Amino acid sequence: MALVVWFVVRLRNLFAVVILSGLYSLLAAVLFVHLDAVDVAFTEAAVGGGIATVLALGALALTTSREAIPERIPVLPLFIVLIVGAALIYASLDMPLYGDAMAAAHLHVAPRYIAESLSETGVPNMVTAVLASYRGYDTLGEVMVIFTAGVGVLAILGVVKAAATSGRSRDQ
Amino acid sequence: MTHFMILRVVAKLLIPFILIFALYVQFHGDFGPGGGFQAGVIFAVAFILYALLYGVDTATRVVPDWVTRWGLATGVLIFSGTGLVGLLRESEYLNYSVIRDSPVAGQHLGITLVEFGVGITVASAMISIFFAFARRRH
Repeated sequence: MALVVWFVVRLRNLFAVVILSGLYSLLAAVLFVHLDAVDVAFTEAAVGGGIATVLALGALALTTSREAIPERIPVLPLFIVLIVGAALIYASLDMPLYGDAMAAAHLHVAPRYIAESLSETGVPNMVTAVLASYRGYDTLGEVMVIFTAGVGVLAILGVVKAAATSGRSRDQ
Repeated sequence: MTHFMILRVVAKLLIPFILIFALYVQFHGDFGPGGGFQAGVIFAVAFILYALLYGVDTATRVVPDWVTRWGLATGVLIFSGTGLVGLLRESEYLNYSVIRDSPVAGQHLGITLVEFGVGITVASAMISIFFAFARRRH
């Protein structure tokens, strides 16, 4: 994955960059499968590896597939990125070890989900039960986000065609 | 657009299976991995594949704009409407236990409905976003 990221940063051909980021998503999906997070892996493969790649290619077809060479090295953004990256790595040192049974995430509501979700919801897939029922508000929010994204893209890119089609449907 | 004979034939063979798989992921999501988000994306991919090979205008004849636009809103409405049922039955918003007689049956129905809403919105959003991008080429 680090190798893929290196090429994504170095390559100027944006077509190759898009394909490589799709490859990165697939590698991430493999990692999630390895961590037994099948639902997350599924989403990553479908959304990150599939749709995101296709949409990025669609965007490339509208613009150009060569990255412009910047006239000067952007020092301030590089500085900010380094600081934030260092802070994130520092924060990750505090994270519990993988599989640590005493990690905070495993002590709060997780035991109840594991023990009760099947008898409370009748849904064997715990991920689905948590996503749709226990965390229904969050999922509703996510759907709202997707709805807003769709409406936003239509508002920006779909204007010309939308006017034409709605006019046509009114004529009928 | 006339040179992609092999791709077109293969895609035509694949698209029904992609759609079936999407429906399987949608309605089997409570037993196996998957759910509305993944199913919606896979469902949309079938139409995007069709649009890539046969052109957006042909694909728009299959899925007209009003379908994706209504779907975009309908999915959200199904989700929030399912939540409202709980409110109307004097419980909390998005509490599915009161939808049907027994809490477990209610939860199961609620989860299925909610995932269905998610699937519709995701599929419609992906299709309409892709079409909006692809149309700009003309």
